[in-house]
Amino acid sequence: MDCEGKAPGHAPAGARPGTPRGPRQGATAVSDPVRRTPHVNDPVRRTPTVPLALGLAAALLLSLVCGVAFGSSGIELPRVLRLLGAGLTGGRLDADEAAGYAIVWEIRLPRTVLAAVVGAGLAATGVAVQALVRNALADPFVLGISSGAAVGANAVLLFGAFASLGVWAISVSAFGSALAAMALVYLAARTAYGLTPLRLVLTGTALSYGFSAATTLMVFSADHAEAARDAMMWLLGSLGGATWGSVPIAAGTVLAGLAHLTCAAGRLDALAMGDETSASLGVDPDRLRRELFTVTAAVIGTVVAVSGAIGFVGLLVPHLARMLVGAAHRRVLVVAPLAGALLLVWVDIASRTLLAPAELPVGVFTAVLGVPAFLLMMRRRGQALGGGR
Amino acid sequence: MTGADGVTGTAGATRTAGVAGAEELSVDGVSVELAGARLVHEVSLAAAAGQVVGLIGPNGSGKSTLLRCVYRVLRPAGGTVRLAGDDLHALTARRAATRVAALTQEHTAEFDFTVAEVVAMGRLPHRRGPGGPSAEDRERCTAALRKVRAEHLAGRGFLNLSGGEKQRVLFARALVQEPRLLVLDEPTNHLDIAHQLEVLALAREAGPTVLTALHDLNLAAGHCDRLYVLAAGRIAAAGPPAEVLRPALLAEVFGVRAAPVRHPETGALQLLFDRLP
Repeated sequence: MDCEGKAPGHAPAGARPGTPRGPRQGATAVSDPVRRTPHVNDPVRRTPTVPLALGLAAALLLSLVCGVAFGSSGIELPRVLRLLGAGLTGGRLDADEAAGYAIVWEIRLPRTVLAAVVGAGLAATGVAVQALVRNALADPFVLGISSGAAVGANAVLLFGAFASLGVWAISVSAFGSALAAMALVYLAARTAYGLTPLRLVLTGTALSYGFSAATTLMVFSADHAEAARDAMMWLLGSLGGATWGSVPIAAGTVLAGLAHLTCAAGRLDALAMGDETSASLGVDPDRLRRELFTVTAAVIGTVVAVSGAIGFVGLLVPHLARMLVGAAHRRVLVVAPLAGALLLVWVDIASRTLLAPAELPVGVFTAVLGVPAFLLMMRRRGQALGGGR
Repeated sequence: MTGADGVTGTAGATRTAGVAGAEELSVDGVSVELAGARLVHEVSLAAAAGQVVGLIGPNGSGKSTLLRCVYRVLRPAGGTVRLAGDDLHALTARRAATRVAALTQEHTAEFDFTVAEVVAMGRLPHRRGPGGPSAEDRERCTAALRKVRAEHLAGRGFLNLSGGEKQRVLFARALVQEPRLLVLDEPTNHLDIAHQLEVLALAREAGPTVLTALHDLNLAAGHCDRLYVLAAGRIAAAGPPAEVLRPALLAEVFGVRAAPVRHPETGALQLLFDRLP
């Protein structure tokens, strides 16, 4: 142990102080008594979780008000607040306020609340899936969920399937096909020895291509001109269809899923350390993976059903949360959903105000933010791409 | 770890007293199958409370497989693993983890936990319900880190540690599990000689019964009370190191020519190796 104790002294003082850690050879090459760079010795800096969470919650509340205040039909802020107050307290309004009230209370508020719910759900399941496949570069959609849901949604959009369900047809169909897709991935990836992370990712990716091909085939065989546009809008995600009807179901599922994951936070930590470690700490990795798979399927299925496939939130936000508060899941699962909600509220505001009255798909903005961030992360984590054991 | 050891010690005394003449750890006729292949054939071994028992054998002889069966990653295809009379595979995973801790060969992690967080995971099987480690848990973790002389690492990222540091931290995690049995799978792998000796000394100091797989036969000779030799999934020999590590057996099992000598100062058994002629 002596050489370990002295090691900081051996490291040349100030040697390459600013150099990045580089590929993590150092972390895997064992019994290397000489430190690579001095800053590696420093304790990890972490943002305190409670103040951060309180700050995010406050920002989220404020953003919800902004989400209601901004829109293509200009209703000024004091009036928005008065209308909101009237809606919350059941106060009386003049007849000429009815149109504004309808816009604020029936269109913008459910939409903004749903954006927050969807953002929180995507971020929370992102955390779960990254622990599930033990790779910080995974997102909830690597398991084939979004492309699976797209098959169901497009069957409704293009061919009017499940017409008897009325306005719920797309949601129900997307939810059903998302679950079916995940079940298929699960069954295909399963072996006698349980689910291995790499098999899950590979199976999810392979089947995603299959589902996408099915969607493409449907788009081409549909006989109306708008088909491709409708399909694309749905794939990139939109909160345009939000009503008070969809908020309670979505919010309930997301909150229940989040509560479950929070209770499982300690076990998620163990799973993230590896299967052997997990088992030796009394957490059966296969059982936990099945559990996470089920929770993810329910939450993501619901989220996708109400908002389409909004990418990158489930990838970026968990990573961001880890950078701030570290890897411990009981902290990540507080920060990530709040940050996800906050992000999506603003992305939704941008999507409906930048080119108003036209509306851009939410997925465009998450991709604009997400792609560069993803590439940056990948460069930083060069060797982590194996993702296996 | 003083408090922790006290708890483990008393529990051990009362529980073993109930089982007449039983060993602390007894593996009875355990067979393990993986992908249809039988890797371990009806192996039986035993360890008395507090003993350090070594498992040696060439690569692929089934050492790790047998150990994985003891710390419950694998279920035996036949036979039982009993600790203080209880069948480990009949317990829930969590209860078993309060009795058996393992130092596996798994050293990589994708997520950068701090050392303190990694050690605190050892309290997971003892914890009920959600929420983080209690103040008492934290105290145990600090004590365990102090015991492995890694207190100064608590705030560091686990992934940035050297191999020796990682091994000590994982050792601390195993200690806070307060196990009756500590399973070590090649604990000296990739460590320099000073760290090798340190880890084995820690294992003996730690208190609980230890079952360890070792490649280095001289370390096995010097640090184990009893050795079991595995060859092709079967026990080839068992007994105190001086009885087991005979040239004839080593030639047969490892395919090497071994010359036993005595350490000039301590008189301890040392082996010198050559290829077989």
